[in-house]
Amino acid sequence: MSRLLIEASTPLCLLQDAGRFGVRHLGVTQGGALDWVSMSWANWLLGNALDAPVVEVTLGGFTVQAEEYCLLALAGADLGAYVDERAISPGRSFILQKGQRLRFTQPFSGARAYLAAPGGFDAPKVLGSCASVGREELGGLDGLGRALAEGAYLRYSSAGGDMRVLSAEQLPNLQSKAPLELIVGAQIGQFSGQSLFDAFNTEWTLDSRADRMGMRLLGTPLQYQGPSLISEGIPLGGIQVPPDGQPIVLLNDRQTIGGYPRLGALTPLALARLAQCLPGEKVRLVPVVQETAHQQHVEYVRRFH
Amino acid sequence: MKPRIEVVAIDCLMVRLFDVIAEDNMPWMLAATRRLREGFGAALVDLVPSYTTLMVHYDLLALSPALARELISLALNGLQPEPKGSGQSHVLPVWYDLSVGPELTVLAQRSGLSVEEVIRRHSQHEYQVFALGFAPGFAFMGLVDEVLATPRLNTPRKRIAAGSVGIAERQTAAYPVVSPGGWNLIGRTPAKLFDRARDGYSLMQPGDTVRFEPVDHAEFINLGGDDTPLEAQA
Repeated sequence: MSRLLIEASTPLCLLQDAGRFGVRHLGVTQGGALDWVSMSWANWLLGNALDAPVVEVTLGGFTVQAEEYCLLALAGADLGAYVDERAISPGRSFILQKGQRLRFTQPFSGARAYLAAPGGFDAPKVLGSCASVGREELGGLDGLGRALAEGAYLRYSSAGGDMRVLSAEQLPNLQSKAPLELIVGAQIGQFSGQSLFDAFNTEWTLDSRADRMGMRLLGTPLQYQGPSLISEGIPLGGIQVPPDGQPIVLLNDRQTIGGYPRLGALTPLALARLAQCLPGEKVRLVPVVQETAHQQHVEYVRRFH
Repeated sequence: MKPRIEVVAIDCLMVRLFDVIAEDNMPWMLAATRRLREGFGAALVDLVPSYTTLMVHYDLLALSPALARELISLALNGLQPEPKGSGQSHVLPVWYDLSVGPELTVLAQRSGLSVEEVIRRHSQHEYQVFALGFAPGFAFMGLVDEVLATPRLNTPRKRIAAGSVGIAERQTAAYPVVSPGGWNLIGRTPAKLFDRARDGYSLMQPGDTVRFEPVDHAEFINLGGDDTPLEAQA
C-alpha cells in the first residue's frame, strides 16, 4: 500500500468516480467527476479502469506529500502543479519519490484537475460509489461525503501501473471556444420564438453562483410560455429555466426531480468542457439531435481503448 | 393508456403516462416500472418515477436512442395496472405536537378545524408515495385532504429536524435528515427513513402506501424519537 499525506486542501478538493447509479429513484443524487473526460484520461494514463476513484481538485490549494515512492497521473486543468520546485503539466503519469510534494497553486487553464493512482485511490463504496456528496453525507474517504481534509491520507493498493503520456492529439483542448451542444428537449417549442433565437444566438456568461448542483447562465432572460409542470426526473446537463428566465445547467449533484421547463440537455462532451470554465467566461449553445450526439459520443470514447 | 416518449438527454427518455397527479396513477406507474426494468435489464442505468412520468436513463454505449425507444414501446405494450397492494404498506408513528409541529395551529386556523381534527384527517388517509426526491429517502406523498392543503412557508426554515412531518399543498412528507425546508410542520416521526445499511436503503419506495399513526410523547421517545424542539436546533 502507498500513502500520501494531505498537507493542504479546500472544500472543493473531493474524491470522485463516475457517480452513483441505480439509486436515483430513492432521491439519491448522481455525483461524480464534473469533467468525466479528464477523469477518464487520468485513469487511462495508468491503465486503470476509466472510472477508478480520483481526486478532483478545483482551482488549486491542494498539496500532498508522498510517504513512500508513489506513481500518479494528472489530467484536466493546468492548476500550476509542481513536484517540489519542478512544474508539471497535465496529461502524464509521474513519480513522486518519498518525501516529495505535489502542489496545485492556481488555475492557468481550466478549472478542474484530476489526480489518479494505480488501481484508484482506496475509499469505501457507499451505495456503489465513492463519489463525495456532502449534502447527502455519502462517499469520500470517510463514507460521509466530506471533502478531502488536511491531515488525512490518500492510499492506493495496486503495486504498479502504466507510465503513459497524452499525445497532443489526445489532450482535450480546454481553451476551445466551440459552442456547447444541446440536445433539444420536449418543452423547447413552448419558449417564445425570440427566446429560441436568443438561446442559440447570444452569448451566455457563467455566473459566480455555481456549484456541483448547477451553473447559472446570465444573459437575455428566456420566456417560457407553456403550462406549469409537474416535477419529473431531471437529467445530467439539463438546462432548466426558472421564472426569472436565467437558465441553470444541472450538474452531477443536482436533485433527482424538478419542475422547471427545460430547453434540453447538454451532451456529456459539452459538459466536460463546461466543467473547465470559470465564472465570468462566455459560452454559446448550439442545438444537436440526440442521434448525432450519440454517434459523436460513441466515436469519442473509442479513444480510451 | 397511451404513454408518450420524449427526448430528455443523450441517454435519457421520458415516458409520460399521465397529465395530472392522481392516486389512481400509481398502479399503472408500478406496472410500467416493473416492465421497463425487465425490458432494459443490465442496460438500465436508472429509472426515475415521479407522479406522472418515468425517466429512463439507459447505457448509451449499449443502446442507440432508436433501440431504447423500441424497448420502451415493447415493454409498455398492452400495459395493465398492478393489482392493489403491489407496493409495500407502511405505518409511520407520528407525535403530533406544537413543540415539533409549529404549523398545527396554522392549519387549524386556515381550515376552521380543531387541532385534533387536523391530526385526525392527516392520519386517517392511506397515502401513495408518488416520488422520492429533494434528499435521499424524502418521499412525496398524497393526496392530503383538500381542507388541509396549505402553501409552503414564504421563508423556508434553515434547519428542520430529522423525522419532521410536513404538508405542502396536497402533499405530505417526512424529512429523513436535518435539512432546510419550507413545508408546514405538524409533527415528528421516530422512523428511520433512509439507512445505508438497510436493504433498499430507503424505507419508502415509489408506489408504496403510507399511513400515519398518532402516538403520544412517551411512545415517541420509546420508539427512539428525538423530541428536541426546533428552536433548540439552531
